[in-house]
Amino acid sequence: MTPELLLTWIPLLPFGAAIGVVLARNHPNLRDGISIAAGVILFVLIAALAANLDWEAPPTLVMATPVAGLSLALTPEPLGILFALIASLLWPITTVYAVGYMRTNREHNQTRFYAAFAVSIAAAMCIALAGNMLTLFVFYEVLSISTYPLVTHAGTDKAKRAGRVYLGLLMGTSIGFLLLAMIWTWSLTGTLDFTAGGVFGDDTDSGMLSVLLMLYVLGTGKAAVMPFHRWLPAAMVAPTPVSALLHAVAVVKAGVFTVVKVSVYIFGIDTISAIAAADWLLALSGFTIIAASVIALNKDNLKARLAYSTISQLSYVVLGCALATSMGIIGGSMHIAMHAMGKITLFFCAGAIYTAAHKTEISQMDGLGRVMPITYGAFLIGALSVIGLPPLGGSWSKWFLLVGAADAQQMAMIAVLLVSSLLNVAYLVPVAARGFYRGPPSGAHTGHVAIREAPLACLVPLCLTAFGCLLLFVYADALYAFLLPIAAPATTP
Amino acid sequence: MSLLDHLPVLVVLLPLMSAPLCVLVDRPFAGWLIALVASLLSFASAIGLLLQVGGGDAISYQLGGWAPPWGIEYRIDLLSAFVLLIVTGIASLVMLFARHSVTAEIPEGRIARFYAALLLAFAGLAGIVATGDAFNVFVFLEISSLASYAVISMGRDRRALNAAFEYLIMGTIGATFILIGIGFLYMMTGTLNMLDLAARLPEVADTRTVRAGFAFLTVGIGLKLAMFPLHLWLPNAYAYAPSAVTAFLAATATKVAVYVLLRFTLEIFGAEFSLGAMPLDLILMALGLIGMLSASLVAVFQHNVKRLLAYSSVAQIGYMLLGIGLASTTGATAAILHIFNHALMKGALFLAVGAVAYRIGAVTLRDFAGLGQRMPWTTAAIVLGGLSLIGVPPTVGFISKWYLVLGTLEQGLWPVAALVLIGSLLAVLYIWKLVEAAYFEPAPAGADTAHEAPWSMLLPIWLLVGANLYFGIDTDIPVGVATQAADALIGSGR
Repeated sequence: MTPELLLTWIPLLPFGAAIGVVLARNHPNLRDGISIAAGVILFVLIAALAANLDWEAPPTLVMATPVAGLSLALTPEPLGILFALIASLLWPITTVYAVGYMRTNREHNQTRFYAAFAVSIAAAMCIALAGNMLTLFVFYEVLSISTYPLVTHAGTDKAKRAGRVYLGLLMGTSIGFLLLAMIWTWSLTGTLDFTAGGVFGDDTDSGMLSVLLMLYVLGTGKAAVMPFHRWLPAAMVAPTPVSALLHAVAVVKAGVFTVVKVSVYIFGIDTISAIAAADWLLALSGFTIIAASVIALNKDNLKARLAYSTISQLSYVVLGCALATSMGIIGGSMHIAMHAMGKITLFFCAGAIYTAAHKTEISQMDGLGRVMPITYGAFLIGALSVIGLPPLGGSWSKWFLLVGAADAQQMAMIAVLLVSSLLNVAYLVPVAARGFYRGPPSGAHTGHVAIREAPLACLVPLCLTAFGCLLLFVYADALYAFLLPIAAPATTP
Repeated sequence: MSLLDHLPVLVVLLPLMSAPLCVLVDRPFAGWLIALVASLLSFASAIGLLLQVGGGDAISYQLGGWAPPWGIEYRIDLLSAFVLLIVTGIASLVMLFARHSVTAEIPEGRIARFYAALLLAFAGLAGIVATGDAFNVFVFLEISSLASYAVISMGRDRRALNAAFEYLIMGTIGATFILIGIGFLYMMTGTLNMLDLAARLPEVADTRTVRAGFAFLTVGIGLKLAMFPLHLWLPNAYAYAPSAVTAFLAATATKVAVYVLLRFTLEIFGAEFSLGAMPLDLILMALGLIGMLSASLVAVFQHNVKRLLAYSSVAQIGYMLLGIGLASTTGATAAILHIFNHALMKGALFLAVGAVAYRIGAVTLRDFAGLGQRMPWTTAAIVLGGLSLIGVPPTVGFISKWYLVLGTLEQGLWPVAALVLIGSLLAVLYIWKLVEAAYFEPAPAGADTAHEAPWSMLLPIWLLVGANLYFGIDTDIPVGVATQAADALIGSGR
């Protein structure tokens, strides 16, 4: 297939899968099979696209031109391909996991669940491959709306309230700030295309650029930079597969991906390093990293703790952009992949624990590691990767971020990164340690049903992603070489 | 002369002449059929007109062969052809929808006469747009208004009578003001033809009479288009009118009033006089903004869905006024574009609410409980229409918002741009009340007999919803026409 044809099929496939899921609603096995098959094919398509791509002259697919001179267009570039690869790789794995989770927990409305899931993936694909800011924005909103039924899946009052916070913050920031920033950029420059080196001329007022940068970053609510982070813990009311793929990977990574895209292709690294807002952004992301970690430390609910951990880790990427050095950008981009693999493992484990033992609070999980050794082993691997210890993927992105901070001579940010790593240890390792070392509380686990490992459909995916963390450590140089072009303009000023 | 040359008058004449026919046959089904056929033919004429003027040349049609400026001239340019397309298109879809809805809401003996009145209202609106004569505007305005009072008062709820009476008082004051304004202009120029007026007014522009005439006209038109704070008649009229009437009026009547405002301020008086010498630009912007925010805020607290959407209409009119007040090509483009886009979204929403009224019987938020299960297609249409109202891409609402915000930023009015976006966020609040009621509240006990609306209702609803999505992606036609029309309007005044 030609690259153009591949580009056409990549968004169509998950949309088609959504329709297939609805049509096959009375045949659960066929329905879930469609999702898994679509996920595998999607990954192959993106890999094929990445393999035969001419980066100098990438293919472009124009879907429509809603505003004169401004089209809905898909144009692949390294960063987008990376994001698309991760999301499409994790989609079928998550679906296998979801089959185990949803059936064991007897969740209702499974058809709606899988259909909305597929639409969300389609939107994420279009975000990843967006050729300009308008396309990105359009599918950013599609992603917000298509994940809403997933967040409110339970249909309870709590889910409804969470849904309000979720949609309110995501749409509020995107319409209030992001759209404004976009139209402002358009009226200043007459283009929203992602352009290497940025779209603003040298004569643009730097004060205005600072305001614009803040509007872009705060408008991207999905990046969960404080103070617009509350939607992410709220979204944890969703079933765990949703939290795993969407709120550790697709949705939140779409947010930081947007921030990286805007930094690299709308502003340009050189422009950012010259404006005052870069410092504000450094301060804001540094604050988010530390503050979210401290909050995570105090959360007893496992999913809430992981959610705050995600908020903290997302700001690593924003920090990488604010550093405005090539290593910072590479570290930030790489962190999208590394954190995705580690955090999805952690969420898989949280869901497996819930499925097997119906426990959600960490304080109740003492001794579970002894009866669920595989789950807890994977949890430990994921945790170590998120902390950033070798031989796991997370160590590389932190390394590059540290190098980037050193390049920018931001000693304070080096300190933030190191303190944050310590905090990560403090809130993630005890979860595993309590599982292995503390004995079960007296009187617990002696009911009629002994706690065992979660079903195989849950167990296999979490082993795969834990293994993925290891692989990412080994193949990080390939990732580095792949991402180098996006940071190139800054290395040759 | 071939039939094609008569299109400018046919588009008005078809509904006007079919109205007495409805009364003569006086049978429900035949009345409906006549109304539907008349609307469809009128729609076809409007399409023909748009194709004829698409090249940029306006059509001048002399009524009875009397040459302007003495005779009455029908003048179709791109803007009027575009608005005619909206009015006739919406009328056709509403007539299609009306069959079941009207049977359920109007006593059988009055149905044929109801269609006659609806056709008259339609003919009046089409006439306002088609004519090139200022006094003729007043005549058609009265035809459409009187017919509207009648159809509104036929609502099932007895409060419809009161609402129609309120509208009657306010509407008559508005029409009187317009008449006085036109009178003043006639006094100073001796002509009623719009083009002639536009040519003669600059000489006498600096007189108190013309300024007074301008003020009377603006207030009068402001009353008809429900400009804040002259909008008080609208919520009740929309809430208690029969469903088909609400959908028709919401999607056309205020739009035609906006058209009249555009015509008078930008073409007859000229942008330089209206928005430059007179402070109308500031007034429109301020009132537009206040209307946009306050009406949206009021909408958030409504329980009756039709009232909620009515207040939302007042807010949306604020967007159009703001666009005109910007006094730039982009602003006027945004206003004209929003005439079209808002007709699509409100048409879809009010028709869908009408379908709910048909099945459930009432349209308070409580009646919407559990609707997602019982009427999935109708509810989905409401959600999509609501998203368009909010301005979520890829819907038409997004395109309108894009041009409006672009217009404000072009003039460096970024606080206004921010307020426009805050207005959209208020729309999220009131639309989401509907969504939550429809999908999360359990259906009230004993109400599970309701099911999906008949296809004759779903078809027009989903045609409009489809248009909301289609024209949000492929915007060549509306944006192209709006840009050209705005260029012509703003250009003519400078």
